Parts: sequence; C-alpha cells; structure tokens
Amino acid sequence: MLLGSLLAVGVLGWFSDKINPYHADVLTKVGINIILAVSLNLVNGYTGQFSLGHAGFMAVGAYTSAAITLFLGPKILPHHDMADSYWAAYAVFGGALVAGGLVAALAGWGVGAPSLRLKGDYLAIVTLGFGEIIRVIFCNIHFLGGALGLNGIPACTNLFWVFATAVLCTYVVVAMVHSTYGRGFLAVHDDEVAAEAMGLNTTRYKIVAFVVGAFFAGLAGGLYGHYTLSIDPKGFGFMHSIDIVVMVILGGMGNTPGVILAAVVLTLLPEWLRPVAQYRMVIYSFLLIVLMLTRPQGLFTWRRKWKQV
Amino acid sequence: MFHSDNPGLTAGLTEFLQQLINGLSLGSVYALLALGYTMVYGILRFINFAHSDVFMVGAFAGYYAVKPFTISLAKLGLSLPVNLHLGAHSISSGLLALLISMAFCALLGIIIERLAYRPLRDRSKLTVLITAIGVSLLLESGGQLIFGADPEPFPELFPVREFSGGGLSVSSNQLLVIGMAAILLIGLQLIVLKTKIGTAMRAVSFNHQAASLVGINNDRIISFTFGLGSALAAAGGILYSMNYPSIEPYMGILPGLKAFVAAVLGGIGNIPGAALGGVLLGLIETFVNGSRYSTWTDAIAFAVLILILLFKPAGLLGKVQLEKV
Repeated sequence: MLLGSLLAVGVLGWFSDKINPYHADVLTKVGINIILAVSLNLVNGYTGQFSLGHAGFMAVGAYTSAAITLFLGPKILPHHDMADSYWAAYAVFGGALVAGGLVAALAGWGVGAPSLRLKGDYLAIVTLGFGEIIRVIFCNIHFLGGALGLNGIPACTNLFWVFATAVLCTYVVVAMVHSTYGRGFLAVHDDEVAAEAMGLNTTRYKIVAFVVGAFFAGLAGGLYGHYTLSIDPKGFGFMHSIDIVVMVILGGMGNTPGVILAAVVLTLLPEWLRPVAQYRMVIYSFLLIVLMLTRPQGLFTWRRKWKQV
Repeated sequence: MFHSDNPGLTAGLTEFLQQLINGLSLGSVYALLALGYTMVYGILRFINFAHSDVFMVGAFAGYYAVKPFTISLAKLGLSLPVNLHLGAHSISSGLLALLISMAFCALLGIIIERLAYRPLRDRSKLTVLITAIGVSLLLESGGQLIFGADPEPFPELFPVREFSGGGLSVSSNQLLVIGMAAILLIGLQLIVLKTKIGTAMRAVSFNHQAASLVGINNDRIISFTFGLGSALAAAGGILYSMNYPSIEPYMGILPGLKAFVAAVLGGIGNIPGAALGGVLLGLIETFVNGSRYSTWTDAIAFAVLILILLFKPAGLLGKVQLEKV
C-alpha cells in the first residue's frame, strides 16, 4: 500500500512538468492541506483532544526551514547556485524540512506538556492562545523579518515532495493508531477516566499525539514556505487553524480517508466558488453550522465507529 | 535652584495615572464582554465563540442608529431609506443609540441560541464548540457582506471634551466608558442577586435538573442569559468603538479572546470575577503597551491565561470544583 502510493507519487512527480500550472498549483495546495488535516486528525480525531493552534506549528516549521535554506543554504553550498546542483540543493531542502518538523515538534512538546492536562474548551483556548503567542513572537524576531516576514525563499517545493510527505504522514498516522501502542490514543478518546483507571498514562499519550501532529504540521509549513516563496506571521493566524479543524470535522474525527477527502473537497471548494467569491465565507460557515446540526459525526463517516463522547 | 518636587518622580506619577485611566477604560470594556462569556459558561459549560461577534454587531448597530442608511433589495426593485434621526452630539441621543444597539443584540443573542445551540443541548461539547465557531464565522462573513470590509470611522455618540491638566489628558469618553460600565455591572449584579429571574439563573447554573424539578423553565432562563450577555456585549462594542474610533467586521476577534481570558482569570462562571479579571487584564495590557515591550501586547493576555491555568485553574475568585465521574 505504502509502496504503491509512493510509486504513484513518483509517477506524479515525473509528469509534474506536463500538468498545466493552475492544476499544479491547486494540487500542491491539496497536498499540503492533506498533511495538515491528517496530522491534526491524530490529535483532534483519534485522541479526542481539541487543538486550535495547528497553524502555529506550521509557522514554526515554515520559518525554521526557510531560515535554513535562506541563511545556511548558501554557506553549505557556496559554489553552486541552489537551482544548478539538483541533488545537493534537494538534500539541503530535505534537511531543512526535517529540521523545521523537529523544531515544530519541540514547540509541540513545549505547548503540550503543560496544557494537555486541561480538557475540552480550556485546551482549545490554550492552544489558540499559544498559536497567537507564536505569531507575536515571529512578529518580534527582526532577523526573521518581523511583521513583514521572510521573502525570496528558494522555490524547492514540487508535487513530488508534497505528495511524498502526504503519503508518509498518512502512513505514520494510520500505522501508529493501528499498532498495539496506538490503541491507547483511541482509549483516551473514548473514555479518559477509564483509560487512566486501566493504567494508561493518558497525559503521555496526548503529548505523543500532539508532538507527532506538530512535526507533520512543521513539514507542511516548510513545504508551504518553499512553495509560496514568502511567509509572514499573519498567514498563520487563528483562521488558518480553523480551516484545518473544519477539514477534520467534515471528514469525520478519527476517519483518515474521510479527512483526506475533506481536505481535497475543501481546497477545491473555494476554486469552484470563485464565481460567487463574495458569498464564499458565508456559504462556508453556514454549511459548517448545518453540518454540526445534522451530521456531527462528519460528512464522510457512514459507520459509527465509536460512541459519542 | 530650589525644586520642591523631584521632576522625574512627578513625570513618572503622571505617566502612571494616565496609564491607569487608559487601562481602566479598556478594562471596563473587557469586563462587560467577559460577563457574557462567564454567564453562558456558568449555565451551559461551553465557550460561546460567537460572543465576540455580537460585540462587533453591537458596534455596528450603534453606528447605524446615528447614521442614515438605506435598505435596498435591488433585485426586488425595493429601496427603503432609513434614518433613525438620532443625530449625534447629545447625551440623550447617545444613550438611545446605546439602548437600541443593546436591544438589537439581545434579540440576536436569543436567536442564535434558539437556532444554533438549543438543538445541540444534549450533544457532545465539542459539537457545540464547533457550532459556535461556525456562528462566529457566519457573523463575521455576513458582517463583511453587509457592512463592507473596510474600516468605518465610528461617529461621536456623545459630545466629547478633553480634560487636561498637570500633564494628564483625559477624554470625556474615557470617563463615560468607565462610568457606564460600572453602572451596567452594578445593574447586572442587582438582576442576578435580587430578582426572581436572577435567582432562577443561579439555580440553573447550579444544577439543571434540580432547577427544572422546582419548576424553573430552563429554556427560558437560558434565552434570558443569552439576551443579557449579548446586550452587555453590545454596550461593550459601543464603548470600545468610542475610544478606538474605527469599526470593521473582524474587530471582535481579539477583544473577544482577551475578554475570555479575563473571564478565566477571574474564575469562569463567577460574575464579580469576570469584572475583576477584565479590569486587571485591561490594566496589565495598557501598562505593557506603554512600556518598551509594546510589540508584545497581544501576547500578554495569552501568557496570563496560560499562567493562570497552570497555577490557579479555578481563577482568582473561583471555587475549585471536583470532577465527578
């Protein structure tokens, strides 16, 4: 399954030059959103916590990896232009992505360790607060461009990188949840008190979910930065986190295929709604309310896997 | 040379007093907004994310109460000019605008609760929370559609005078904001403590089932709570806009989040706590803003939130509640 997907991604990468630029643009966004939604699903869906700060971790990853390719890249490859030496440049890019992911994971640990003792609404508002704090911190780091952000990031992201990361992310999340260890996530989701009574270290499970989620959000941030070529703190605000949360909810919490489908649909939806762009957000929020009133288990969940918490 | 005063000290004191007044004025707006969060949380145990947008609608309702506008349904060929003829610049018209906006938002709050939250009463908290986010987005995007995305200058509702002396400069608006907020807070406290419906509110927040057993109509009390909270948010919106004179559909987000922090700081579900938390947060923010760390102002509220949740999760005036399984 994993190999098959990777093969498909390889073929996609091969043909990426031949796809028309508009389609490639939309596909890249789809891929990045899949990574974000699937990784958030580990936290919000499988483990049943409610994080509203995913965009903050994305920002950490984006800034870290962009800083590496911008400032360190030329030092590591002094004699080559980034675009000339294909493999070396991609090695630096890959390293930068992973570093971005790791720093984001570290940030996830820093945020998760104190706040995951809280529940429900409180956790939501604390993660939201952390997301905002991360934004303000980046506004105040002058060497990273302050409020103006970073510009002139090398264009390294292509469809291959995006979808390879998406496949990896999906594989890791699915494999983790279906492993013996991973049953703990579902136990925390289903009934935290019972899970604790069974001897599970629930706080630790929550932190693991949070850190892994943050790692992939960091990767997605890195890919995003090297795709848009300029990043600024405003782009990673509260609204972006909400967008990702909506994908998870629409897909059905803890339903990975559903969440992937939702990420695809919700990325394409604005493109389809372009003719009525004025009403786009109104339609979007209205649909969200109607969905919650009629199908709180998600649009793409037909089987009730778990009881309502 | 004889200087009886130490000039540095006097300047420092003036600066301090100035910041104190600015902080109190901002803090009383946070307090008004925090009350809505805390009352709804006290009764329904969820964060009403849409509250910050009711605050925004309140500001716009005040704006349209004094500005003539046209309701036009171009497709139906219908155009209805509306002018409430309140004008501006007199105390009574300003108060009337405030009351109109409060009444409008009370109605809006009740409608939101009836349509979006009541059908979800027995569902998981997460579902309600997400619905609240949806309502919030709907109000913001709807506001953008109706009011336009550009910031509008807020009209002077009340005649403005600047008082200055001894290096201090205070606008009458600031004093008005503090005074009005104090009146509303005392009024709310009287409603909650002295009236029959206030007693019922406290009963419902204590225990839904027991309240309905003694014959309290829970739905009516919840509607009333939403109405009351939304009216206070509307007043907060107008008072806020008087000192920060431009309004736009997304203006509520940040004050709303901070007011929620204020509610948690004071102890969520606790009415005097929300007022205290609001004033404290307003003061902290103003003093940080006046210092050389002013670019960090927006982060301070959230830092306060995280500290309070880690060290005193019940808030300053809240009681520790044990979770029963």
